[in-house]
Amino acid sequence: MSEIADKVKKIVVEHLGVDEAKVTPEASFIDDLGADSLDTVELVMAFEEAFGVEIPEDAAEKITTVKDAIDYIEKQKAE
Amino acid sequence: MRRVVVTGMGIVCPLGVGVEHVWKRLINGESGISAIQSFDTTELTAKIAGQVPAGPSAEGGLDLAEWIPAKEVKKMDRFIHHGMVAAAQAMADSGYVPETEEEKYRAGVMIGSGIGGLQTIYETSVMVHEGRAKRVSPFFIPAALINLISGQVSIRYGLKGPNHSAVTACATGVHAIGDASRLIAYGDADVMVAGGAEAAVNPLGIAGFCASRALSTGFNDRPTEGSRPWDKDRDGFVMGEGAGVVVLEEYEHAKARGAKIYAEIGGYGMSGDAHHITAPAEHHDGAFRAMKAAFKNGGLSPEDVDYINAHGTSTPMGDDLELEAVENMFGAHGKKVAMSSTKSAIGHLLGAAGAVETIFSILAIRDNVAPPTLNLHNPSRESVVNRVPLTAQARKIDVALSNSFGFGGTNASILFKRAN
Repeated sequence: MSEIADKVKKIVVEHLGVDEAKVTPEASFIDDLGADSLDTVELVMAFEEAFGVEIPEDAAEKITTVKDAIDYIEKQKAE
Repeated sequence: MRRVVVTGMGIVCPLGVGVEHVWKRLINGESGISAIQSFDTTELTAKIAGQVPAGPSAEGGLDLAEWIPAKEVKKMDRFIHHGMVAAAQAMADSGYVPETEEEKYRAGVMIGSGIGGLQTIYETSVMVHEGRAKRVSPFFIPAALINLISGQVSIRYGLKGPNHSAVTACATGVHAIGDASRLIAYGDADVMVAGGAEAAVNPLGIAGFCASRALSTGFNDRPTEGSRPWDKDRDGFVMGEGAGVVVLEEYEHAKARGAKIYAEIGGYGMSGDAHHITAPAEHHDGAFRAMKAAFKNGGLSPEDVDYINAHGTSTPMGDDLELEAVENMFGAHGKKVAMSSTKSAIGHLLGAAGAVETIFSILAIRDNVAPPTLNLHNPSRESVVNRVPLTAQARKIDVALSNSFGFGGTNASILFKRAN
């Protein structure tokens, strides 16, 4: 697993208070990890802070799974 | 009107967490006031406060991990933490768990706060000031809003009845419990979880009350002596923090499920001073009328009262004015009642004060003991009213009165009587 994926997973575990094993790439924040809409807003803010990236609202809306988040951040970092 | 009784109680205060633990310490004459360590007080004239001790609940301390999931803790200001912990105790104590939808519709919440999420507002303001508005948490508003304590408690326990909050400064706790009891009396609910929660022991809270010249500043080197209601050396109140929550229940409802009944509401009265934003009116006329209204409401008279838990904040002006109002109200019976201020031990919990003091009044009835007024060595003026100086007094107590008055000239009095 990449360094980014590791860090994303850690942030998700910390913010949503879920078991690390549940945080699979396919896991949906809302459907599988018990987040509500405010939790996802906070999660995106935490990603921005941790990785020093900007995630505009329209992009944030499309980040619904752990993999979505990892892919988006990896792409930003590559640019 | 339907009868209303108290069937559950919970306390978080400077003497600790848990009703029996706190009550034992209070009766022993212990103080919960100490020097402020959690933030820098260099610029503040008041450097002492009543702070909730950290630690495991088995030792009477507060450890949030025992009470609230970590994921939820950050969505709440500290005042909500206090309220949640007191509510959890009260619910467990009452043993009431609404099961059917209909039962849930008949159970509500009315927990208030004087100030609400002050520390959260402060920290978030700093972020905005530093140009980090984008980093403001989506939980900022729901963490700071006063009625979110009622919202959070309703969510935790599935209470779908009336959901409300009182906000009347230092009278909040009594107003919340009194108003909630009326919702039951009028038939809007069968069960109400009611009380007050506060957490204003922070730089902004202390600075604000320092500026209004309300806090004690002369006992920074002797914290436990700072809160001294009616004593001639008193120089202001000592800020406290915490929460008091009770479960109120319609009498037949409580009886039908075999609930333990602590006491019955014996009357509730309110008044306004229409005088000054912070100072009480002459002769504390508002306090007099609030007590009078409570007696009229419950059909009791001053002669029925055995114990008064005074507002008694330890301010030079307020204490003697309340005493005067009590003397005027009780007349010749004044020499037969015991009146104490438990703020001498825990400080002034603002919006939580009336709720915690309500619980102390009920325990005074249960155990037939009047808790002491600490540090009352030399009363600033003599009175026929026994103010229970320094040590607790065992005496027959069947009816207790609790007073709370708030900035804005708002006054509330509530009576409790032994249930039979």
